[in-house]
Amino acid sequence: MSAVIENHHDDHHHGPAKGLTRWLYTTNHKDIGTLYLWFSFAMFLIGGAMAMVIRAELFQPGMQIVEPEFYNQMITLHGLIMIFGGVMPAFVGLANWLVPMMIGAPDMALPRMNNLSFWILPFAFFILLSSLFMEGGAPNFGWTFYAPLSTTYAPPSVTFFIFSVHIMGASSIMGAINVVVTIMNMRAPGVGLMKMPLFVWSWLITAYLLIAVMPVLAGAVTMMLMDIHFGTSFFNAAGGGDPVLFQHIFWFFGHPEVYIMILPAFGIVSHIIETFSRKQLFGYSSMVWAMLSIAILSFVVWAHHMFTVGLPLAAELFFMWATMLIAVPTGVKVFNWIATMFRGSITFETPMLFACAFVVLFTLGGFSGLMLAITPADFQYHDTYFVVAHFHYVLVPGAIFSIMAAVYYWIPKWCGNMYDERLGKLHFWLSFTGVNVTFFPQHFIGLAGMPRRYPDYALQFADWNMVSTVGAFLFGVSQLLFLFIVVKTVMGGKKATDQVWEGARGLEWTVASPAPYHTFTTPPKID
Amino acid sequence: MNSDAKKTLKKLVIAVPLMFAFGFALVPLYDVFCEVTGINGKVFQSDYEDELLTDNGRPLAIQFISTNNENMPWVFEPSEKVMKISTGEYYTATFYVKNTTNKKMVAQAVPSVAPSNAAAHLKKLECFCFEQQELMPGEEALLPVKLLVSNELPKNIKNIIMSYTIFDITDYNDEPMASHEMNMEH
Repeated sequence: MSAVIENHHDDHHHGPAKGLTRWLYTTNHKDIGTLYLWFSFAMFLIGGAMAMVIRAELFQPGMQIVEPEFYNQMITLHGLIMIFGGVMPAFVGLANWLVPMMIGAPDMALPRMNNLSFWILPFAFFILLSSLFMEGGAPNFGWTFYAPLSTTYAPPSVTFFIFSVHIMGASSIMGAINVVVTIMNMRAPGVGLMKMPLFVWSWLITAYLLIAVMPVLAGAVTMMLMDIHFGTSFFNAAGGGDPVLFQHIFWFFGHPEVYIMILPAFGIVSHIIETFSRKQLFGYSSMVWAMLSIAILSFVVWAHHMFTVGLPLAAELFFMWATMLIAVPTGVKVFNWIATMFRGSITFETPMLFACAFVVLFTLGGFSGLMLAITPADFQYHDTYFVVAHFHYVLVPGAIFSIMAAVYYWIPKWCGNMYDERLGKLHFWLSFTGVNVTFFPQHFIGLAGMPRRYPDYALQFADWNMVSTVGAFLFGVSQLLFLFIVVKTVMGGKKATDQVWEGARGLEWTVASPAPYHTFTTPPKID
Repeated sequence: MNSDAKKTLKKLVIAVPLMFAFGFALVPLYDVFCEVTGINGKVFQSDYEDELLTDNGRPLAIQFISTNNENMPWVFEPSEKVMKISTGEYYTATFYVKNTTNKKMVAQAVPSVAPSNAAAHLKKLECFCFEQQELMPGEEALLPVKLLVSNELPKNIKNIIMSYTIFDITDYNDEPMASHEMNMEH
């Protein structure tokens, strides 16, 4: 082991193996990160194609293209694939690529488990997607799979759905354990907890949330399995069970889950805004505390998804106030991002455009969330397109924009080439327009009373649904441009410098571009 | 991997089955929570409540609602839809049931009371919902519920709704689980 601190001496140390087995057997965090990212991209396109089916059906009132049964399968699979196949693996992929480089570690702490946690995922989604071709069709009970719709009234393929959720859960749990062990034990000397980059902090908190709630989800689907096949009555009222219990267990998982899908985005956006404002991030420690408070609060707000099941008044009040309390740390974060930009010398490269859109549109989604948190108002909004508009605003221009921003921001480091800035900006503006044209009108039709999860609707909702469908196809098609840009960047392009961005700070920008196969085999020196 | 990392790993690996078990623990916890707070309108069997008897009760309406679960084919309805009562007195209401099928069936009614804060003041001394009902083909019966509403009932409640849902438990009948779940009242 040489005493030299810089890493570019390691370039020739040993490179990746050749051929397919490189990807099958790899334990390298960068390879696994790449696998996760491409996998999530594939799932994003599949789930997106399903969204196109949904929107095409809703283009006009009346039944146009698909059967109602198939429509139900589409909404269920779209939700499951985008959440468990799109957003979550994309964040795990980013964590794999970035966490070791950001904390000056040579790799993830458990490289073999890392390989396993990725390679079980394709099987999970193969099982889930294959249910489309089974007798009775794919799961059709919505991604929230409320019992008894998902037990007593489910198609036979529900058992395959249950196993695929088990596998996805195992993958997420292993990924999360890996992240925690890496961050807690492999930071380079000098990288104290309160000196960690915010993306690392956001993932540390996310990983704890995953470890806490994914097993509860596994428990919920196991209870379903037992109700369906082994004659238990967890959720069956005729046998002494309670269907509302399912919703309590599901949302005990479900609400932390929505923060699992947004906390890493907070980390990403903090880095990008800091870089392109050419200023140090405003309020670092308050950012950390805000994320911690959001994570803790996420465990005591679940019943705000169930205001209409007949909760006692005291519970409705408690969950309303607890939910609204989350706006406080979230507001702190938005304030800090704006304060970081204030008087910065800002340039708007593609990552910054996505990050700025994130701040504005995520805040908008947060506001509609606050409206939904008002218990008496929720009785009107519950299960309408207003809810659909709300969670798509926090997930699409929230989580997904942050992932796209991260790809544009770090891809020069990953493959050594700059992406095409003009195409990147075009992709941003198309996506930005598409997302707003799609989801903004859904606020209106939701407030006007259009229920979600139906393939048909009353005539008065026709105009806005048509607008929404046009926007959806604009957004959908622009993602093919994204695919083109990414492929083009991987194939070639202007060589990136090591620092890539003028204002970029952090250890990952000190290594060569593209990042060598092994980085920080000796810990870096931190000033 | 160094020993600190192993320690972290061990803790996390233990946390996973614990959280899995916690998911299952939510099932009894949920029942306990509902029982302690009385929020799901469950009323349990009481013994004599003579100390609650009073001549200065106030008037109160009790509405009865009957529901058949899923494919339950029996006829099941209250003899009176509304009963005018007065607090602090015993009353008996009845429900009519008939097994309309040609096979022997076992049924179980599950009660609920609304508003839920009335549940604590409603005393059931006798209720068909405390037992299973077994009816022969075509057999009919009048099922009684003997009740008393305490004078302590919050003044703003002028109307109590007692709802019963009847379940077909013929297939569950042999299993100890079913009888345990159904006879938990004291």
